[in-house]
Amino acid sequence: MTTFDSKIALGRASVRPARGKLFLTLLVLLLVVAVLSLAIGPTGISLQALPRALAASLGYTTDAAAARDRLVLIDLRLPRTLLAAFVGAALGTSGAMMQGLFRNPLADPGIVGVSSGAALAAIATIVLGHGIAEPIVAPLGIYALPIAAFTGGLVTTILLVAIAARHGQLAVGTLLLAGIAIGALAAAISGLIVYASDDRELRDLTFWSMGSLSGASWQKVFAVTPFAIAIGFLIPRLTRGLNGFLLGEAEAMHLGIDTERTKRIAIVATAAAVGAAVAVAGIIGFVGLVVPHVLRLISGPDNRVVLPGSAILGAALVIFADIIARMVVSPAELPIGIVLALIGAPVFLHLVLRRGMGGWE
Amino acid sequence: MLEARDVVVKRGAKVLLAGVSVAITPGQLTAIIGPNGAGKSTLLRAMAGELRPTDGAVLLDGVDLRTFPVARLATRRSVVAQSTNLSFPFTVLEAVMLGATVPGFGIRDRDAAVAARKALIAVGLESFEDRMIHQLSGGERQRVHIARALCQLSTAPRRPGETAALLLDEPTANLDLKHQGEVLTVIKEQSLSGRAVLLVIHDLNLAAAFADDVVLMANGQIVGRGTPHEVLNEDLLSHTYGCRLKIDTSSDGRRLVLPAAITRRQRTGAAAE
Repeated sequence: MTTFDSKIALGRASVRPARGKLFLTLLVLLLVVAVLSLAIGPTGISLQALPRALAASLGYTTDAAAARDRLVLIDLRLPRTLLAAFVGAALGTSGAMMQGLFRNPLADPGIVGVSSGAALAAIATIVLGHGIAEPIVAPLGIYALPIAAFTGGLVTTILLVAIAARHGQLAVGTLLLAGIAIGALAAAISGLIVYASDDRELRDLTFWSMGSLSGASWQKVFAVTPFAIAIGFLIPRLTRGLNGFLLGEAEAMHLGIDTERTKRIAIVATAAAVGAAVAVAGIIGFVGLVVPHVLRLISGPDNRVVLPGSAILGAALVIFADIIARMVVSPAELPIGIVLALIGAPVFLHLVLRRGMGGWE
Repeated sequence: MLEARDVVVKRGAKVLLAGVSVAITPGQLTAIIGPNGAGKSTLLRAMAGELRPTDGAVLLDGVDLRTFPVARLATRRSVVAQSTNLSFPFTVLEAVMLGATVPGFGIRDRDAAVAARKALIAVGLESFEDRMIHQLSGGERQRVHIARALCQLSTAPRRPGETAALLLDEPTANLDLKHQGEVLTVIKEQSLSGRAVLLVIHDLNLAAAFADDVVLMANGQIVGRGTPHEVLNEDLLSHTYGCRLKIDTSSDGRRLVLPAAITRRQRTGAAAE
């Protein structure tokens, strides 16, 4: 009995790694891939050129080599790395939030159609922005696309929640099927709009819809910054509520959670994350599925760990996938969506099979 | 005291509760019994603050539940639902700790774990804390959820004299005899330690054995209340359940209720008519 008493006094779940250590490891991982992403590229410019590039960008030197280094490191690789980090963090957390909201580890914005809804709105904005929608789109400037995609994601998520509420506790199959239907509908309408677009728009749209970070720029980084701040503000307000949802909606209420408020925040934060990510990088699947899953395997389902952890690990994963996308067929590029699907699809399959065998209730 | 006063609950045109008044008091274990569809669970959910009464009110120490913010309500009552599904893999300790960490009582995880371990001792699962919850049997899982409810009440900040209520919906459904006894003993201990306990239960014999008060419901109304001895009488029960019952008294004075078996003579008698 003495060992048990000492265990009580210890006061920590012993099967899980300590939270601080886990976050530190994840941050180190993120730092390493970020540095790699800055150092690797088809031009062969390494990090040793960084001081020179910084000097050039601050105007201390007008040397041609320094100017080239500056262009590659500061204007190409740095915004690309930052954007990859944002997209990964946004998709990782949006997956974790949707899984918490729907109480379903298979919920992923790509799988349940939220990304398609966001993409539909973005595509409509790209194509119609030069035509009938110009008076609305033009004043929004660089924010037009993220705002449109956010709105599209929001409508899709609300639709999914409405379908969920109709059936009370949503069955796993219903959510996925409804999501597939919504996604297919959004994709079909997107197709119709693309059909009406001209050649230049078409090329942009096709490449973008496969998911790519090749168009990364500081402008896009600035465009998603407000979204990153908003999501960072909302997530700490969600963790307790979503932890209550782990037990069920009624149970969350019994535990003192304002369930409607939690749902609203989760919906808005998810749509903001997916919308902004889709706006700058197109549809990138599986990040929201794989990343929270890996974190839950390590740390358990506590959203105080899973949500921020998914942001860091998602950022690291997408930066890593982007490095691969840039290097495999260098100097050409693979769409990053393809790289991530190659990693993510097997994990999805594994999850489906494990559920099928009754791994979880 | 947690009190339902003339509570009416309607869903559409259907009346689920037709003016029910019942009060549970600290130190007492009150059992709600009655046939399927009598409104037992609806009453529990209304008293938990989960369902808003269409009419009437639920009062906690005289204050209408509608005026309680949901977070403050969580300091005063905890609920064990009929079935709780976990969609994610938890350890037993993690599931119980949620009772202290989700409500935001402002206690540290270390203290939440201490409270959770004490709750696990109370339900006899102290050696299970690192087990995954989906590997447990139904009875063990039910006890985990009870431990979570205990953990919530034990860590909640309350002023002296404030009622702490524990509401349980069919906690012994699908359990074998051993686990029925264990779970109800834990629940009984809670009432003996000063909690107001409300228990929805199908098994009349268990109600007779453990409850201080019994409330018999039918068709959204209360049709009988009192001590188990008073309520569990043949006329009332036969009429309420719509079948013939055999009622005995055990050697220690507790009621025993069984559906009356049709004897061979009755069967042949009926055939002869």
